[in-house]
Amino acid sequence: MAARDQHGPGAPWGDDFKVIGKPNRKVDALAKATGEAIYTDDITLPNMLHAKTLRSPHAHAKIISIDTSKAEALEGVHAVLVGSELPIKYGVIPWTPDENVLATDKVRFIGDEVAAVAAVDEDTAIDACELIEVEYELLETIATAEQALVTPEPPIHDDRKKRNNISKHVELEFGDVDAQLAEADLVVENDYYFHSTTHAAIEPHCAVATFGNDGRLTLWSATQITHYVHRALSRVLEMDPAKIRVIQPDVGGGFGGKSDPFALEFITAMLSKKSGRPVKMLWTREEVFYAHRGRHAMQMHYRTTAKSDGTITGVDAKLLIDGGSYSSFGLVTTYYSGQLLTGPYSFPNYRFDSTRVFTNRPPSGPKRGHGSVQPRFAFEVQLDEIATKLDIDPIEIRRKNFVGEHTTTVNDQRITSNGFLECLDAVEEASSWKDKHSKMTFGKGIGIAGSMYISGTNYPVYPNKMPQAGVQIKVDRSGLVTVFTGGNDIGQGSNSMVAYCVAEEMGILPDSIKVVAADTDLCPVDLGAYSSRVTFMVGNAAIDGARKMRNKIVEAVSEHWQIEKESVRIIEGTVYNLDDDKKTLSQREAFHITEEKFDTLGSTGSYNTPTLGGDYRGGTIGTSPAYSFTSHVAEVEVDIETGEIIVNTIWVAHDCGRAINPILVRGQIEGSTYMGAAEVSLENHDMNRFSLHAGPSLLDYRIPTTLDTAEIEAIIVESIDPEGPYGAKEAGEGPLHSAIPAVANAIYDAVGIRLRELPFTPAKVLAALNEKKEGVHNA
Amino acid sequence: MRVFHLKINGDSVDVAAPEHYSLLEVLRYELGLTGSKQGCDKGDCGACTVQIDGAPMLACLVLPSLVEGKSITTIEGLAVQHCMNGGEGASVLQNAFDEAGALQCGFCQPGMIMSAQALLEHNDSPNRDDIKQALSGNLCRCTGYTQIYTAVEAAAENRGDHGSA
Repeated sequence: MAARDQHGPGAPWGDDFKVIGKPNRKVDALAKATGEAIYTDDITLPNMLHAKTLRSPHAHAKIISIDTSKAEALEGVHAVLVGSELPIKYGVIPWTPDENVLATDKVRFIGDEVAAVAAVDEDTAIDACELIEVEYELLETIATAEQALVTPEPPIHDDRKKRNNISKHVELEFGDVDAQLAEADLVVENDYYFHSTTHAAIEPHCAVATFGNDGRLTLWSATQITHYVHRALSRVLEMDPAKIRVIQPDVGGGFGGKSDPFALEFITAMLSKKSGRPVKMLWTREEVFYAHRGRHAMQMHYRTTAKSDGTITGVDAKLLIDGGSYSSFGLVTTYYSGQLLTGPYSFPNYRFDSTRVFTNRPPSGPKRGHGSVQPRFAFEVQLDEIATKLDIDPIEIRRKNFVGEHTTTVNDQRITSNGFLECLDAVEEASSWKDKHSKMTFGKGIGIAGSMYISGTNYPVYPNKMPQAGVQIKVDRSGLVTVFTGGNDIGQGSNSMVAYCVAEEMGILPDSIKVVAADTDLCPVDLGAYSSRVTFMVGNAAIDGARKMRNKIVEAVSEHWQIEKESVRIIEGTVYNLDDDKKTLSQREAFHITEEKFDTLGSTGSYNTPTLGGDYRGGTIGTSPAYSFTSHVAEVEVDIETGEIIVNTIWVAHDCGRAINPILVRGQIEGSTYMGAAEVSLENHDMNRFSLHAGPSLLDYRIPTTLDTAEIEAIIVESIDPEGPYGAKEAGEGPLHSAIPAVANAIYDAVGIRLRELPFTPAKVLAALNEKKEGVHNA
Repeated sequence: MRVFHLKINGDSVDVAAPEHYSLLEVLRYELGLTGSKQGCDKGDCGACTVQIDGAPMLACLVLPSLVEGKSITTIEGLAVQHCMNGGEGASVLQNAFDEAGALQCGFCQPGMIMSAQALLEHNDSPNRDDIKQALSGNLCRCTGYTQIYTAVEAAAENRGDHGSA
């Protein structure tokens, strides 16, 4: 099924790559640069209504009654919706459906959705929402993870088997961690904290729905997961999925923030059904902040044992994860918080004990580097502490513990290609590490960290044996090739990646390919843009489909010319006869000859993951067909008067297997690094003690401007993975992880303070400097 | 409702809209000029940046009544302007954004390009700091900005004989 069965990661025509690895243009960039691209809120349908949501002002309360009569009576209001009309629960993970479209019995965070109105315009819908009368009975607010752990009553979800506020608990041990304690030359043990941060894609969530008179529903939504939205709509609306069409227009950024089904998708559909008119809902920026699904805050305790030569012998981790008010991807998050730490270093003994709890905060979910950015921060800082105590260069200790390539981790994850050592070499050289580390003047410093991440997950969100990714290819008499893919292009360039793969495999130019994507009526299923799976899986599916089509063309042309198939070459849209250099055909002529032989032309391609993973409960979660590897070096300045941290330069080397388009890969590496660095001291998805957001705006939630962003130097490392499409692996999430601990470790190099609790605010920096001066600090 | 008399991308337009509508709402929802984006609707993100008499302004904070009689240029107008100056297709700057990989999701880019184009109008060869200053009101969440700087620098270098970017 997969491309690797045919020709491995090399060029398909046996010579050099013509498209792959070249700085080709994106298929959609000019449309975006000129304002032609259509995003969801750019869609206006005739006779369309506008919808707004009434949200809870309370963090935790029972709903005693809802009276919508005044809203319904308001002129211009066409439909009002309350939770009891859609009682079926949903959730992106099929085992934990705990969300209602609108609250049925209680609200669980400030901003939880209670009722919705469709009206002639937004102003009228807002006025109508204010006329809805809701009587609440307040419940105790569970504002923190520690409180949730010791407060089983009231349970935030009271229809679960156990009455408590534990969302998920995972405890796994590989080897024998405790046995290492006695033998270890060094034990380092500390607490770490990673705060919550959010995606803040510049496009707010938006959906447009219309019910035709034939009873068919069409939904346009700014989503990363068309297929899961499709399934959730069918479940909650109790509709035949064949009567539902979900279309993803251009999406203005996701980063994981658009990878759950969201209430507005169901609300617009239902309001359209009730009103008989198309309905649009566009969230305000404030609503997006409350919808959240961003990075889980984690309290982490790590104890690492090592030999005096720096060899790590065991890692023991205990994590408390703030899940917020709903499950979302939380089952996976809880596993990922432990399962994804076991590379790029080898440790023979490992235990993690992760508990995700429910709190009355906006629901946490998957943000770029889902579940693994937080433990990576803690462990990489701890590794730096070990290096310091053993007086080993921080890069050397990472080299020393390298897990290797084509190996298996302690938790039975199969690692294929691994360019981590090349990443270390690259950032060491680019940053002039040897001249700088522990040699800079007080206040300036340099730090390193490493990481790994999945290229897609072997474990699909709902278990099934069908392909994870599929494409269909249509070859037209005009010379155009249209590729239909369920893959979601959210700006990362997946449609371009599909065009490049098909072009390379068929021997044609990307310009002669059109990609139709993320429309459930037209495109074969792909599971969506999450877990860095699209390039690996859709890329392989595209190669598979294109190769089948190429084979038909080669067969038809070889018959036409009466030559061996091996003598037919298609290069950049021209077909050559290797036996007679005077004979050529255009792409269009070749398509006609092929259609004459085979009838109407089309092919399909698909990809499914190999069977991987350990033989234990949860052993498949965190397994991936390939892992990417990254290393960051950060150079910082610490202002000891103000406590401000200035990150001047970040060098980042990322092993992406093969760069299908180096410009786009560099964009992913730079964008990831920028987003990670912003989590160090700028961004904080903070709630006060009433669970009210501290500043739900793009002014108060400080995503970096041009003036706040470090110089970023991205270096591509190509390890050429045996199973990736032409050897490619992911590039969109891995290069975020180690940016954060690299900065933390650079701060230690600069001023000798070991900061373990994010975000690193000036107050924390000054307090630590003060402690150090008084000799209290334990670093 | 009120009728506004606006000059947009060289055309005189009379448009009826609710009096409290921002220029952004008039452009997007009354005139179908959806190239200007709404990311925050309160002046924080810069995705709605347009040019008013050549200066970059946030359309979400501008009341249309205040810009009657002034020349408003939106992202849709850039290619038009480029063609009127003897160019073809998308402008030099728009092409430079494409070639540099400066466009990922593309949502901030109409605003980003309008700010960058205004910079290039009055600065022949901006250095990195000039570019950072000029774009500091436009948030991009995808790129980390580096490829955007490359695009603006390339456009400054490659602008045509007529000097238009």
